Amino acid sequence: MFITRAAIVLLSVGAAAAAAPSQAETIQVAIDRLVYLPAEIEAKVGDEVEWINRDALVHTATVEGGADVLLPANKSGRLVLQEAGSFDYICRYHPNMKGHITVRP
Amino acid sequence: MTIKLTSAAAAIALLFSTGGALGNDKPTDPQIAHIAYTAGVLDVEAANQAIATSKNKTVVEFAESMLRDHESVNKQALDLVKKLNVTPEDNDTSKSLSQAAEAKRQELAKLKGGEFDKAYIEHEVAYHKEVNGALETLLIPSAQNAELKSLLETGLKLFQGHQQHAEHVAAELK
Repeated sequence: MFITRAAIVLLSVGAAAAAAPSQAETIQVAIDRLVYLPAEIEAKVGDEVEWINRDALVHTATVEGGADVLLPANKSGRLVLQEAGSFDYICRYHPNMKGHITVRP
Repeated sequence: MTIKLTSAAAAIALLFSTGGALGNDKPTDPQIAHIAYTAGVLDVEAANQAIATSKNKTVVEFAESMLRDHESVNKQALDLVKKLNVTPEDNDTSKSLSQAAEAKRQELAKLKGGEFDKAYIEHEVAYHKEVNGALETLLIPSAQNAELKSLLETGLKLFQGHQQHAEHVAAELK
């Protein structure tokens, strides 16, 4: 009986997720040994990017003249995408680290 | 040595050329570990001098990032040599690096304000360039242990980032 009830709860959670495909999503980008993984992502306005810094080094995700997200060593940082466009970003401390975000309206 | 070396970068260039302190012998892993660790310590010392001397926010922030990164990498290096049971071995290259860094420190100590900032950042560009050249052409190819080689490769990526960062700051100071 208990198992059945749990199964029903799981089913309804699944249904709710499937019924709302346009909800904002969180896109994860890992940082490992000074590389953004994946280096290129696509998202839509309202989505959130979460950078997960696995290095024992402080990094940033910085768009020139725009957003600047500080990513402490072994911690993560987030950014809600507010405008559509095509954005290159770098780490301010290690400008050889390069990433790209395409934001759809 | 009759030539007075005032630039650590020039010293490294000499050391890592074929006629340098290591001669034609490839450095061993304990020597490589010592050289890489020493190069990091010296840049931390240079950063401390800049933090104490400079009044320029961009320069101080750059120096703080050097301090942070080199301390972090050297901690990883210490953890690795401990794990591998390798004792870093002092050598002529490490010694000459330290001597050249001391000469540079004294030279920078005579400068103030914008002159100090410019000289420090220009030296950081040159220093990272030379260390990166040495990593690419000598230290990484000579490293026998795979984990040491991998840490040196990550170090190269990091120091290439530092070189670019220093170049950006140098361009801002002009």
